[in-house]
Amino acid sequence: MNLAIRDVSYHRGRFILTSVGLGLLVGVVMSMGGIYRGLVADALSFSRAARADLWIVQQDTNGPFAAVSRIPEDIRYRIAAVPGVLEAAPLSFQTIQIDRRGKPFRFFLVGYDLGSFGGPPEIIAGRPIRRKRYELVAGEGMKLALGERLRLGLHDYTVVGITGKIVSSGGDPAAYVSLPDAQDIQFKSDNDAIRNERRRQAAGRGGAGVPSTHIVNAVVARLAPGADPGEVAARIGRWNHFRAITDEEQGRIITKGMIEKARMQLGLFRVILVVISGVIISLIIYTSTLDKIRTIATLKLIGSPSSLIVGMILQQSLMMGFIAYGIGWTMLLLTYEKFPRRIILEAFDLQVLFAIIMAICVLASFAGIRKALKVEPAEALGG
Amino acid sequence: MFAVEVEKLTKIYGRGDTAVRAIEGATLRVKPGELVAILGPSGSGKTTLLTAVGLINEPTHGKVIIDGVTVADEGWKPGLDLRKIRREKLGFIFQAHNLIPFLTALENVMIALQINGAPQAAAEERATELLRALNLGHRLGNYPSALSGGERQRVAIARALANRPKVILADEPTAALDTENGRNVMALLKTLAVENHSAILVVTHDRRMVEGFDRIFEVHDGRIAGGV
Repeated sequence: MNLAIRDVSYHRGRFILTSVGLGLLVGVVMSMGGIYRGLVADALSFSRAARADLWIVQQDTNGPFAAVSRIPEDIRYRIAAVPGVLEAAPLSFQTIQIDRRGKPFRFFLVGYDLGSFGGPPEIIAGRPIRRKRYELVAGEGMKLALGERLRLGLHDYTVVGITGKIVSSGGDPAAYVSLPDAQDIQFKSDNDAIRNERRRQAAGRGGAGVPSTHIVNAVVARLAPGADPGEVAARIGRWNHFRAITDEEQGRIITKGMIEKARMQLGLFRVILVVISGVIISLIIYTSTLDKIRTIATLKLIGSPSSLIVGMILQQSLMMGFIAYGIGWTMLLLTYEKFPRRIILEAFDLQVLFAIIMAICVLASFAGIRKALKVEPAEALGG
Repeated sequence: MFAVEVEKLTKIYGRGDTAVRAIEGATLRVKPGELVAILGPSGSGKTTLLTAVGLINEPTHGKVIIDGVTVADEGWKPGLDLRKIRREKLGFIFQAHNLIPFLTALENVMIALQINGAPQAAAEERATELLRALNLGHRLGNYPSALSGGERQRVAIARALANRPKVILADEPTAALDTENGRNVMALLKTLAVENHSAILVVTHDRRMVEGFDRIFEVHDGRIAGGV
């Protein structure tokens, strides 16, 4: 006969309610781990989708994601000529927020050369961009329909295709347009702005002419088989005004620099919540032991070994942790797609959390076990 | 051979000026099958005597022998497993029945047997047999909360008898019962003492409940009055 199961079964209402409460807490701990993994995946999703070996950006910057980087578009030809480089493509990035249906609508706009790489990694509906102007491939996360039109800068753009869940390092869904379109949206002034600039120049206060729009944020390069990315990056780095970042280095810049604080913050919250879970389990087990003092005294009096009593308390604590873990996991599985940010549940994280929860249950039961071991059989006597 | 022998048993609580002699120089012997009452007012030392015989309260002086085994002689005898002796040789009945609330009547009896190493099936068979003998055959699956006071006490008696103990110690077993149920329980104990050949020591303050007992000891201020 298992006393722990009998007790839990008899007090199942109380036990289930407690486990559900704990489960929600464990679910939050799990979701924070998932949010962190999601942050990393989101942050790297665009750079991974570009499938570039090198990122050539403005010198002395960590661009294009962690810092502003602007380089001339035509540098792509010089990059392509570097030994070891197979092909090079210019890319332009900008985060845009417009009003759509009365609500702020924010996304990450990528401009790419239609004849080169760096565009949408896959098309899950519609078609890729075929015309050089005014077509757009939207990320799945933007929830735009094929044929829908968006006003960006001076022109309307038609959604011709839908790509997967590519997002920026900030979690905004990505959309793709041709490079000239992206440059127009980012740099081209409207007629009033051009007239104003001309007046300023006429008054001797402006610069020379209208600024060029043939600017990109990075040039990405793919290397020939066998080429050493570090060596090629060093060669490009020797040129003035450019920095070449390997894809591995880019990943480090993004994860260590951009999301490190978020990781620490989430980690701290996880630790605090795990400690709170431990304290709650400990209190529940301790008060449950106090409720059973007479039962424990009676068991001791009729000759029960301490192991039976210790086992009962420990098993209840572990059961509570196990059920809470199950509830938290189920809750997260049912809801993770509804979170505003991506949540990625990795088996390793879940296994580690399970081990931590079980260890906490063992530790949390110590106070109850200590109390139970101190109970004198004589306490069973009397009214 | 006696089931219980207590010789010059003394229990002192505290030390120095605050020392209290709860029981002093108590001597009694109880034969198997004998039903003995220990009467006395509250605070007289009768429960202290019971706990010393029940191996849960170490005597300061004197000797306690259970079923021929000397368990205390100027303190507990070293090397003895008191829990083992308690579960094999002693049965307890409490004032407030002390049934485990989350176990059914059947399981409350089975637990005493399983603690003593009985396999599940054998424990279930013996527990069922005992409860049926105590007219609780229809209550096997009921939790204590669904039983009447008299039924709970009969389950407690079944649990005390489960391991066929040599000695049954009952602490105010009728205190929580009405007069009729109290008398029924005492009558039942008397029958069981004879049938099971167990020595039964009942501590009570209610003189009306001990009619028909084989012997009655009275405890006043820690001293036993009455024959050995």
